[in-house]
Amino acid sequence: MRKKILATVMAGAMILSGCGGAGSNGGGDKIKVGGLAPLTGKVAIYGVSASNGTKLAFEEINANGGILGKQVEFILEDEKGEVVDAKNAYGKLVSEGIDALIGDITSGPTYAVAEDAEADGIPMITPTGTQFNITEGRTNIFRVCYTDPYQGEVLAKYMKNNLKKTKVAVMKNTSSDYSNGVAQKFEEEAKALGLDVVVTVSYGDEDKDFKAQLAQINEKKPELILIPDYYEKIALIAPQAREAGVEAKFIGPDGWDGILQQFGGDEASLKTVEGAVFANHYSQADKAEKVQNFVKAYKDKYNEDPTAFSALGYDAAYLLKEAMEKAGTTDKAKVVEALKGIDFDGVTGRLKFDDNNNPIKDITIIKIENGDYIFDSVVNND
Amino acid sequence: MNYFITQTINGLSLGSIYALIALGYTMVYGIVQLINFAHGDIIMVGAYVSFFTIPTLQSMGLPLWLCIIPALIICTLLGVVIERLAYRPLRESPRIANLITAIGVSLLLQNLAMKFIGTESKQIGVIFSKQETAIGISPNTIIIIVTTIILTLLLQAFMKRTRTGKSLVAVSEDYVASKLCGINVDHAISITFAIGSALAAVAALFYISTYQQINPTMGSLPGIKAFIAAVLGGIGSIPGAVIGGLILGICEIFTRAYISSQLADAVVFGILIIVLIFKPAGLFGKNVKEKV
Repeated sequence: MRKKILATVMAGAMILSGCGGAGSNGGGDKIKVGGLAPLTGKVAIYGVSASNGTKLAFEEINANGGILGKQVEFILEDEKGEVVDAKNAYGKLVSEGIDALIGDITSGPTYAVAEDAEADGIPMITPTGTQFNITEGRTNIFRVCYTDPYQGEVLAKYMKNNLKKTKVAVMKNTSSDYSNGVAQKFEEEAKALGLDVVVTVSYGDEDKDFKAQLAQINEKKPELILIPDYYEKIALIAPQAREAGVEAKFIGPDGWDGILQQFGGDEASLKTVEGAVFANHYSQADKAEKVQNFVKAYKDKYNEDPTAFSALGYDAAYLLKEAMEKAGTTDKAKVVEALKGIDFDGVTGRLKFDDNNNPIKDITIIKIENGDYIFDSVVNND
Repeated sequence: MNYFITQTINGLSLGSIYALIALGYTMVYGIVQLINFAHGDIIMVGAYVSFFTIPTLQSMGLPLWLCIIPALIICTLLGVVIERLAYRPLRESPRIANLITAIGVSLLLQNLAMKFIGTESKQIGVIFSKQETAIGISPNTIIIIVTTIILTLLLQAFMKRTRTGKSLVAVSEDYVASKLCGINVDHAISITFAIGSALAAVAALFYISTYQQINPTMGSLPGIKAFIAAVLGGIGSIPGAVIGGLILGICEIFTRAYISSQLADAVVFGILIIVLIFKPAGLFGKNVKEKV
């Protein structure tokens, strides 16, 4: 029974995609780009933020003459952060005859849509889906954000080349794929670079007391501690680390973004993360012209600060534009081919794609100084 | 400092917090034979009361630990009100009804906090200094351990020496007979809940001074672990709750330090199972024979 339904749906999707192809060839005067994002529901904050970035980019592109001399029609669908809604919305977009797709935002729905888009051969760029298997082995699915483990690799290089430290401890959250992914890749890369991972300790999602693990770390006197986790956990761990007498500075992935806001104005707590560095997608404080123009345009249009999601959504649109211009056509297979070989320079850094369509791209390093986020550098991973 | 001693102190400071919470469980269980699952959530309420009063204290230049006063008042009242509204009407019902009500009250408190305050964690500033002193222990840890010991002794003295305390013991031994002797049972039970909840307020202060972060579900896991501590020590026994809490804290920290932190909770719950198999009444519990 199940199989039958699936087969019917698949057949339906194929027919729809067939129609879509015909539509775009026949239309001619406009390029239709589909957008998928959660605009309502629990993860709406990410969807709104990212799609605002994409919308801004297409407005700019249209004002500057469009792509290949054609105006872009960006058709944005709300998928509420749900897999089923995302699949339905995707079907709707295909029936409208889209030439390419920008989305989805969160990993679950993105993975689901990627399966369909792969079958249809539509060039799909997710700005923010980090889960590893979204793009793996799929020729026409790309992403702008780096994967979680990729940050671990770059952080290890940054530690060796820029911070010039050799002894590091790793403290990871074993209940989190994110934390494990970053930690594992970091350890591999650190070993390859000849860095000394003196100790690896772990904790669980429910843990509040880290003194036992921190005492273990303190025994080994590392120069740095990598804690790959989100800021709420960091806000628990950092003060306990100082209490346990750990003096090493912290390094972390993009989950650290928000730590200062979490501490509020508490001086004593802020001091515990002083000197920490973490990876991020971009920094508003980056003086690069491209970044500053984006930040200004975004603030003018939406009256709020752009998030990393907005920057990624913005880059996804320009990435598509560049690929279409490079291909010289909106033909799906040719755009995919152009994306494969692209060398793109965006707000979130320069990027190329590897064999699995994951970006090899610059990572922005943010440093915490005097209780503020300071733009440190852009690390190039060549 | 020596690694072993550091970890022992870590264990004692965690264990002291468990012990304070376990005292609340054990008091209530001793008197009304009810496992008050809402106890952990009273700690959460105490923590939020502190969170909201700390800015005022800061602006008045007063020491932050004074947030214990409003927390004590509100937690005590809340404990008494919960007993009055949720448990008293069910006192003659089967025990399972009370237990389910307790779980209901726990979820109610959590969800109210989520609805009105929000689910995200809130951060709290330093209450007691955490700088190491000359003996290698932070004032925060010393205050927690010493206060726990003092409160246990006071509670023990209150139960043994005062008239009210004795009436509580009487109610716990035989609630019908004590009623016949002229003890106001309702009053005694209210006092029990008041004391238990006041202890929860103290536990809340130590929790926030140690971890500096609170959220609506913060009370559940420490609550369950403290419950295990109370069972381990012999539920209903005051020294038992404290010893149970300390043993649990030390076991948890040592498992993390010497075996694996993934196993820490498994060890804690494993202890519960072993105690229940070999010594169902706990270390200090009275073995009550079923009367035929």
